[in-house]
Amino acid sequence: MSTNGSAPLLQVEGLVARYPVSRGVVGALRREPKLRVHAVDGVSFSLRRGEMLALVGESGCGKTSTAQSVLRLIDIDGGSIQFDGTELSGLSPRALRPLRRRMQIVYQDPYESLDPRFRVGATIEEPLQVHGVGSRSERSDEVRRALELAGLTPPELYVDRYPHELSGGQRQRVAIAASLVLHPDLLVADEPVSMLDVSVRAGILAILDELRDNGLAVLMITHDLSTAAHYADRIAVMYLGRIVEEGPAHEVVENPQHPYTRALLSVVPKRDPRERSTPQILRGETPNSIHIPVGCRFHPRCPLAIEECKAVDPELRRPAAATDPAHRAACIRV
Amino acid sequence: MSTAVQGAAAAEGVDVAKSGRPGSIRRVVFGEPQALIGLAIVAAFILVALLSPLFLSQDPKTKVGPIFEHPSVSHPLGLDGGGADMVRLLIAGTRVSLLVGFAAAFVSALIGGTVGLASGYFGGKTDIVLMRITDYVIVIPDIPLMIVAAALFGRSLTNIILIIGVIYWTSTARLIRAQVKSVRERVYVKRARALGAGNTRLIFKHVLPQVMPLLIANTVLLVALAIFAETFISFLGLGDPSVISWGRLIENSFTDDAILNNAWWTIVPPGVCVTLLVLGSTMFGQSLEDALNPRLRVGHLSVRRFRMRPLKGKLESE
Amino acid sequence: MSALLEVEGLNVWFDLAGGGELHAVRGVDVQVDAGERFGLVGESGCGKTTAMLTIMGLLPPNASVAGEVRLAGENILARGEESVSPHRWNDVAMVFQGAMNAFNPVKTVGSQIEEPLRLHGIAEGRAARRQVAELLERVGIPSDRAARYPHEFSGGMRQRAAIAMAIACGPKILLADEPTTALDVMVQAQILELLLSLAEDFELALVLVTHDLPVVAQVCDRAAVMYAGEVAEAGSIDALFHTPRHPYTRMLFAATPDLHAGGERVVSIPGAPPRLDRPLVGCPFHPRCDSRFEPCPTVTPLLKVVGEGHVAACHLNDHVREGALV
Repeated sequence: MSTNGSAPLLQVEGLVARYPVSRGVVGALRREPKLRVHAVDGVSFSLRRGEMLALVGESGCGKTSTAQSVLRLIDIDGGSIQFDGTELSGLSPRALRPLRRRMQIVYQDPYESLDPRFRVGATIEEPLQVHGVGSRSERSDEVRRALELAGLTPPELYVDRYPHELSGGQRQRVAIAASLVLHPDLLVADEPVSMLDVSVRAGILAILDELRDNGLAVLMITHDLSTAAHYADRIAVMYLGRIVEEGPAHEVVENPQHPYTRALLSVVPKRDPRERSTPQILRGETPNSIHIPVGCRFHPRCPLAIEECKAVDPELRRPAAATDPAHRAACIRV
Repeated sequence: MSTAVQGAAAAEGVDVAKSGRPGSIRRVVFGEPQALIGLAIVAAFILVALLSPLFLSQDPKTKVGPIFEHPSVSHPLGLDGGGADMVRLLIAGTRVSLLVGFAAAFVSALIGGTVGLASGYFGGKTDIVLMRITDYVIVIPDIPLMIVAAALFGRSLTNIILIIGVIYWTSTARLIRAQVKSVRERVYVKRARALGAGNTRLIFKHVLPQVMPLLIANTVLLVALAIFAETFISFLGLGDPSVISWGRLIENSFTDDAILNNAWWTIVPPGVCVTLLVLGSTMFGQSLEDALNPRLRVGHLSVRRFRMRPLKGKLESE
Repeated sequence: MSALLEVEGLNVWFDLAGGGELHAVRGVDVQVDAGERFGLVGESGCGKTTAMLTIMGLLPPNASVAGEVRLAGENILARGEESVSPHRWNDVAMVFQGAMNAFNPVKTVGSQIEEPLRLHGIAEGRAARRQVAELLERVGIPSDRAARYPHEFSGGMRQRAAIAMAIACGPKILLADEPTTALDVMVQAQILELLLSLAEDFELALVLVTHDLPVVAQVCDRAAVMYAGEVAEAGSIDALFHTPRHPYTRMLFAATPDLHAGGERVVSIPGAPPRLDRPLVGCPFHPRCDSRFEPCPTVTPLLKVVGEGHVAACHLNDHVREGALV
């Protein structure tokens, strides 16, 4: 996988996560078969320390489920997750707890992810208490350090506040501080800025950027390709529970190979009004991941699809036109 | 640490004034007259109960004059069928009624809160079993059960408290269960779980504090129910014979033929006391619950009528 | 000829529960021509949605309004809500943020699109149902879906249905409040494409209210940037991007990452917008501005013409001649 010698911090192979969908009362009475959403359907990727990987895709593509499976926050139905050499897939919740210290998550909505009854200081101290770290004064030093890392300076100004006294950007910084206080190795950021105002987004992303530079592995989930292109080292594009294209961020953005990636990139609005282009709009909506098409899962919407695409489920491989050796796409036409 | 990051956040505005916790009981009490009146009534009775040792230097049942003596200056509410002073009997009754009310409500809240919390938090089989039990308890008719239980286990005050408590916990359990189910799904609870917090911590640090105000509101409502139940049990002659409660007073006046003697003052005042206390705690509990139970909150329909107002300095030009 | 929609000196206050009031819209002037595609850009709380709701006469009772909203010359705010209501849906229609809330969950989508047709006496019975079917087809929904309930629609479909409802009575102006915010990029592209084609076919003026600058850059001809209830800058979208005359506009563009501008630094704007429940002194943006100088904290800048059809409220323009860059 990784071309460079150092072993990846996180190595995911063939990850599968499905969950049952409710048939409703009528469905159950009619004895309809139990349906399952194939949220994650064979996802493989790796992530090194000091690297930021962006999982991008439309809602329902399985990017959030992938992140949650990696942290074992939802049950997985197959595949392997190696975290720093430890296999996570078979571990009991009890055995996972010490590892949770090393992998943290920042959620999308800072208005929901902080307990409204906890002061900022208590929110950030909680992870330390949970894992029994340090004395009271050591913990309070760690809280201050985390607040500073998240750019909430001076810390005294913030520790005694309640979430409702803070702006969205400040809340997200508190959530980040709480995820950093244990010095984790892996940080999962699930749409960390999509609920925030445009003017404060860059500040939040700059923190993640800097943490990455200091050796943290960051898995960022986002639907915003511009953000991914700007901050991530690598981009993995997901469609219906699979990664369909993966590679260095600039390579994926400037030299996209998979027809889905191309379409997706073409509809991202450009900032400069003089650069109006004709977007390549895919018709219809993403099919649900209950009935995944046979063959290439993208073929019903694909402009390049040929007869063979209905039969062959393509694997990720290096496309002919790729200029970077780490660039891979799952399409038989490229 | 880059200056860009630091500068960005430092200036992100700490303009907001510090304020207290959201959704507090205090705000409800001072925001709604109904809650304030209810609380005042309950508080007045509690005050009387607390100060009762001052008035009750001797046994309130002591005969101080002729039976069924009319109200007078020295005995404002007259004497009962045993020649005891009604005011002192009522004060003594306040103590017992409040004790039974609060203790039974506490028992109810404890059982109901625990069942609701466990049921809502753990879900699955725990939920199914606990809710099935709750359903069974709900369908048992309460008054006959009280009568049977009082007859079976004896007529002590403790037994009455336990019986009332064991009958009334079901609504609490269901209310708390529903609330816990929604709180459990909140992102901050998920976040705490993701960072490795165990069930004990999640329940007692994140979930319980969030449902506590609702539990308190519900308990206040239960106090009213319990006081009423105690009065009823005592009136039926199934109360603790060694203590004086409002229900006992009413029962006594019936057995002493107060009605034949036209001694209204032995029946009406205890009845008024029960009514007032039940009303007070219902008013208080109901307004708390209205404010705190998200299921009861109803959005106000906008009539879409806004006001137009003149703009300063623009008047002259028009 | 005067513009189709002229908003002049619009002010909106909200009475606050604890006393005091919030001055949400502070003297907004905006013109939209017939058939134009106009963008109203700003961050949350800048008053853009409130201004649009005022044009629709849909403010809550704790609001009070001053100023004029002229529709083809007629001041529809003259008698408050009463004088707005005949124009609502007939002349001005709105697609609301969060299409889920625009529909009653227990009525079919078709019957809800039919409602404005009936209420405004345009069509009834079979004729109305036929019109609903045509409207649905026009926005890209198979007409047999009319009998379905809102929850059976995906987010994109619901937004299409909301657009069908908005154009049902043939308005001249369509106000679209964050019509694509909760949607994926591909669906967003579909919805924007639909709005543009409807605007063209029905000669609709489209007012796109959004926080998303690139969307406005791709879709609109002109735009106004709002900040703290005021218009900070307005002009052609090209001028706003290439020759901004208000630092907020420039900084907002700089805070927005672009797909292909890989090496360029994206910089957030420090600070937060001012509270609107207190009087503002000086330029509302000065605490966050990177170019502030002496007059900014004390003197409120007025909108000044800085180019053809280009206005900005910034003291930097006080001494600069028309056409020069900031």
